[in-house]
Amino acid sequence: MTQISPTTAAPQSAEMIETLEYAVDPLRRRRGLRGWLRGDGPHMLVFLIPLLFSFILFSWRPIVDAAIMAFQRTNLIDPAEWVGLDNFVTVLQDPLLGTAVVNTLWFAVLALLMGYPIPLVVAVLMSEVRRWRGVFSALAYLPVVVPPVVAALLWKFFYDASSSGVFNTIIGAVGIPPQPWLQDQATAMPSIVLFATWSAAGGTIIIYLAALVGVAPELYDAAEVDGAGVWRKVWHVTVPQLRGVLLVMFILQIIGTAQVFLEPFLLTGGGPANSTMTILMLIYKYAFQNSLGGDYGAATALSIMLAIVLAIFSAIYFRLTKGWSSS
Amino acid sequence: MSAVDEKVVARRRGAPAKDADRGILSTADWRRRRVRATTRVTHLILLASLIVVGLGPVLWLAKSAVTPTQDTLRQPLALWPNGMDWENLVTAWTRVEIDKYFFNTVIIALGVWFVQVLVATTAGYVLSVLRPRYGRIIVALVLATLFVPSIVLLVPLYLTIVDPPLLQHSLINTFWAVWLPAGASAFTVLLVMRFFDSLPREVFEAARIDGAGPYRLFWSVVLPMSKPIVGVVSVFAVIGAWKDFLWPMLVLKDPNLQPLSVRLPQLQQFIELDVFLAALAIATVIPIALFLVFQRMFLSGAGLGGAVKG
Repeated sequence: MTQISPTTAAPQSAEMIETLEYAVDPLRRRRGLRGWLRGDGPHMLVFLIPLLFSFILFSWRPIVDAAIMAFQRTNLIDPAEWVGLDNFVTVLQDPLLGTAVVNTLWFAVLALLMGYPIPLVVAVLMSEVRRWRGVFSALAYLPVVVPPVVAALLWKFFYDASSSGVFNTIIGAVGIPPQPWLQDQATAMPSIVLFATWSAAGGTIIIYLAALVGVAPELYDAAEVDGAGVWRKVWHVTVPQLRGVLLVMFILQIIGTAQVFLEPFLLTGGGPANSTMTILMLIYKYAFQNSLGGDYGAATALSIMLAIVLAIFSAIYFRLTKGWSSS
Repeated sequence: MSAVDEKVVARRRGAPAKDADRGILSTADWRRRRVRATTRVTHLILLASLIVVGLGPVLWLAKSAVTPTQDTLRQPLALWPNGMDWENLVTAWTRVEIDKYFFNTVIIALGVWFVQVLVATTAGYVLSVLRPRYGRIIVALVLATLFVPSIVLLVPLYLTIVDPPLLQHSLINTFWAVWLPAGASAFTVLLVMRFFDSLPREVFEAARIDGAGPYRLFWSVVLPMSKPIVGVVSVFAVIGAWKDFLWPMLVLKDPNLQPLSVRLPQLQQFIELDVFLAALAIATVIPIALFLVFQRMFLSGAGLGGAVKG
């Protein structure tokens, strides 16, 4: 599963899907089986073996399996047994589900508040840097390169709740009393989001920067002719020109935050008192943290529900914003 | 192509700044003293914050890796340690056996790299260069997987590894469990396909007319031409494998096989702080080195490695 995850890949994928139009080689006409055998036919299959092998075994079959397993009871020992909607009922009746959903939504809202405007502002400011822009973007991107596990463990140390903890020393210097950070139900989630924003903002900044370079300078010229100052140019030219990428990044961020796992898993383990238990942590708990053996059915049922909700949300979102993204 | 279009295209290719090449601020704006001063100050503040926020934690880690525990605890923000303790790195590398986990990570990353490059280049070759009639179905099926969140795959994929079809033997606690699923990366396949689509078809046709068979065409014509994209895929495969946590944690339960990312959280409990921070620093060196060497690739707006969430 070392795939570049869908969230990571998506801005390019969206573009790719638009540009990928499969055209059959015009020289390849229907020639019957014999012609196929004499031509490249069998050789093409040889080249397709790696793709078919890995996608059938590790992508297509597991997707189909997931759809089946959600309606089965599987425990690796007895043959799987059909249980209808039992798994879904189990999940929906779990009191933790509500907590996980609320926490995940809370994470998403906080991540939007912190993670959506900051990269945009930084990118707009950076796009005006004339010299050393490379240094600016390298600095901004550096946190993305630090392995997430290392970063999380490092921040866990920074978040030390004693008055000599790193962050408490920093805020102490400006007179703010020590905070409990990860130790308190109220501050744990914001602390996690702060870390997640730090570790991911660089990627978003680079994407915005690329989009800013694509804004036609003529538009600024025109705005000046109409007497627009700097702020009005930003507001009336830059932001509208970035509309498309802003819309895509918004939905990607929602999809990404709905699947947050590593940060709460390493920083708080879901605590204190389940205040950072997210949907993905719950799926993980069902499948892999159960002393009685994994409840694989419940785990897949919940993951499929999450996928469906995200799909419906994205569909509605793109429907509603259809008119905005194209000019 | 009109002059205007040409200018836009030139900008997109990242052409060096010309007079006509401008951002939000015009040349006239830049000449106004107030605008220039404000911009300069804003940029200085921005640079300072980027240094503190982006570089700060990394430098702090580098410093603390060679600082005795007591110093780090008592004065976490001291710019210069009272005593240097290079032994931390040695202890981490030998006694805590970071060397073993480091090499596990390297082996995993190399295997993932090989599998991803193999799958993506061969598939890209068939689907973008040879283009069989049934190719469009395969492309559609590969594309479709992009829309399935990876969490849906987690449990079925795990069960596939525990009980692989045709093979009577569980792949848990073997590197194969990490290497093989890495091949099913739709994003990598599509990236390579898109690159192959942009190669001039005349070259392939010329090679065919000169008598090159499909294997020769792949090995001697297409692969040499695809060095840039193989480079991109390689760097992201290695970085991705280095970062990966959940999947290796699930399938590599034997500590002797675990990569750094899986082992580090567990080590925290039973080693001293300074040695632990040294271990964290060691785990960060390779990704940062790759970033510094291949900076352009990361920052070129292809932005492929940019995690988007958060």
